[in-house]
Amino acid sequence: MSAPKIRIAGVSKSFQSDGRAAAALGGVDLDVAERELLCLLGPSGCGKSTLLNIVAGFLTPSTGTVFVDGRAVTGPGADRGVVFQEYVLFPWLTVAGNVEFGPKLAGAAAAERQQAVARYLDLVGLGAHATKFPAQLSGGMKQRVAIARALANHPSIILMDEPFGALDAQTREVLQDELSRIQRVEHKTIVFVTHSIREAVYLADRVVVMTSAPGRIKQIFDVKLPEVRDRFAPEFTEIEAAITRSVKEEVRKVHE
Amino acid sequence: MKIRVLALFVVLVAWAAIAWGNRLIEVINPAIVPTPAEVFVTTAGALRDGSLVRNLATSLVRVLEGFAIAAAAALGLGVLAALCAPLRTMIEPVIEFVRPIPPLAFLPMFLVWFGLGESSKVAFIAYTTFFPMFIGVAASVLRVDVMLLRAAASLGATRADLLRRVMLPAALPGIIVALRLGFGLALFVIVGAEFIGADAGLGNLIMEGRTYFNPPLIVMGALMLGALGSLVNALLLGVERRFVHAQDS
Repeated sequence: MSAPKIRIAGVSKSFQSDGRAAAALGGVDLDVAERELLCLLGPSGCGKSTLLNIVAGFLTPSTGTVFVDGRAVTGPGADRGVVFQEYVLFPWLTVAGNVEFGPKLAGAAAAERQQAVARYLDLVGLGAHATKFPAQLSGGMKQRVAIARALANHPSIILMDEPFGALDAQTREVLQDELSRIQRVEHKTIVFVTHSIREAVYLADRVVVMTSAPGRIKQIFDVKLPEVRDRFAPEFTEIEAAITRSVKEEVRKVHE
Repeated sequence: MKIRVLALFVVLVAWAAIAWGNRLIEVINPAIVPTPAEVFVTTAGALRDGSLVRNLATSLVRVLEGFAIAAAAALGLGVLAALCAPLRTMIEPVIEFVRPIPPLAFLPMFLVWFGLGESSKVAFIAYTTFFPMFIGVAASVLRVDVMLLRAAASLGATRADLLRRVMLPAALPGIIVALRLGFGLALFVIVGAEFIGADAGLGNLIMEGRTYFNPPLIVMGALMLGALGSLVNALLLGVERRFVHAQDS
């Protein structure tokens, strides 16, 4: 097997609160393979978003190191695109302006940028909305723009932090379908944080269940399902049930 | 729009009713309650002899110069203070001490330092308008959502990119509000500055009205300031709408 795309080695994180250190993440070792879609799943407060923020370079780990292509992560970078739960589009730019933000920073020529905008807006089904401003879009559309913005910058890794968490159930499933379709075209390495077990089983190659705080890896599930998945297939439900049992144990610990 | 015009018209009618009513029953000395007609005649006269335009232009130039100096300083230092925490810690107590002092308390010092000419008025306006604009600019840049910075950094933005392409555009709505407040304040204090030690300007015109007992002249000066203020405010609102039209998410 080739070297992992992302290697998380002994990463822990504690935050200072009221003068005391509260452990959010308790020592995580995890490899993510190239082109893999890996879901991080766990009870709220288990540190899964913290772990993602460390991989993104927004937070520094208290111990341990994250390696991308063998190089230690020291801060955010264009090799790791991020899609946030709250979209975080640039409100003063149009949809097209948002999508071409990364290529523009990289010094791409206008024609090249235009091409990227057209291609990725088409990919997320927003070709007709290029001149609109984020404020004029629905939540689902904003998140599509955010995905197009991340893709247009050609990162090899995309980090997604509960990207569909703020959307209604229908929109959420539509976007899961689209992400699954896009991944079959783009083949990115994706780390996807969610608290929806169904979402994880629908999208992931592997599902990592984390323990309650301080978060550690509890169990890793290989999702051996076809690329295009049926949410009502018996095999789907079977994996869903197994993961649900694993997560429930941790949720119970939180409430005890 | 119609309602706005109507509201102004109602105020005019009320003024006319009070002034002419007072002429009829003489509650107070009619000489100190000028009628709209008297003010109109005075204005027409001031327009004809050029004194209105000259005084208006004098005040406006002073305001614009002082405001431009203060705005440039407030933008530069405000952004710098927002970016540099140690600088902020140093500046803050000084500003918080100086800011509550009514600027007019320092006006005599400005006349002593800068003389009776233009520079004392310009410097005084710059001094007065700097503080609120500086605080507004620094606060707008400080308030920029850290998530926007993260989003840009993960798209490859350098520190310079973050400042130019994220912080400044994100802070722009707040910066424009700060400039509007500063300009309003400039019109506010120019009159005070021209009351003392000026030979031209709307404040000087109003003072002339007092010295030579000419109430219509005083009212005309005040109305001109109102017109000038609302005109400038409308202009800045237009600028704001042009740049900030789509920002609310």
